[in-house]
Amino acid sequence: MIEVLFYVFAAVALGGALGVVWAKSPVGSLLYMVATLASLACIFVLLEAHFLAAIQVIVYAGAIMVLFLFVIMLLNLGHDYQWDLKGGAFSLLSFVIIGLMAGVLVRQFGENAITEPTAGGRAIDAALAQHGAVGAIAQSLYTTYVVPFEITGVLLLVAIVGALVLAKKGGR
Amino acid sequence: MITEALVLSAMIFVLGTFGVLVRRNAIIMFLCIELQLNAVNLAFIAFSRLMGIDGQVFVFFVMTVAAAEAAVGLAIIISVFRHYETVNVDNFKLLRW
Repeated sequence: MIEVLFYVFAAVALGGALGVVWAKSPVGSLLYMVATLASLACIFVLLEAHFLAAIQVIVYAGAIMVLFLFVIMLLNLGHDYQWDLKGGAFSLLSFVIIGLMAGVLVRQFGENAITEPTAGGRAIDAALAQHGAVGAIAQSLYTTYVVPFEITGVLLLVAIVGALVLAKKGGR
Repeated sequence: MITEALVLSAMIFVLGTFGVLVRRNAIIMFLCIELQLNAVNLAFIAFSRLMGIDGQVFVFFVMTVAAAEAAVGLAIIISVFRHYETVNVDNFKLLRW
């Protein structure tokens, strides 16, 4: 059952990713992106990352995508339907090269396929059972990674100030 | 399912890279970068099934950095749009030879 669900969500995510690249209008691209993010959140749940799935929906699909939509509407790009793919040989060449790279990766993963439950998976299941979905990640976030966590707060402050200064009218 | 998730992550990352290389609309290039970040997040979560909870903590940080990057990047796009009246990167030739 879980396998079937995984393949359904994987198909939606891949289709959405294709849509992001091929859609003509920016708003269309954005809606395909929301579909991709939502199905990736479902895959996170299947991989037992419940807290991150919620964050994915709230922060990514909720906040960041709405920010993109605001900018598209602010700049009035909603009816920008011209085909802006860079043409012909270059596009084909880049697709072949990165397709080959992906092929090598997929072959590596296929050769070392993991089927039985692993030590890390059992540790995560135990932490989930003991602390719950939020507590399991908070346990590590507020002890081992507390300094990076504080630095992340400073980074967000810098980003807010930077965005304000950059987008200010007539700003230098 | 871990292997399948890693393969899916590789495919989404390739699609995102392809989009950044071929699309000329700055906002869609940004969306494709977000696609790449999400592919990496999926790989982190799949590997955290092998290595323990640390991978999920890293995904948390990646999401924070992605939010900061989107805010600053969109501010840059707005400020460039004021100057050139377009978001097509082919028209930004000030630093190009």
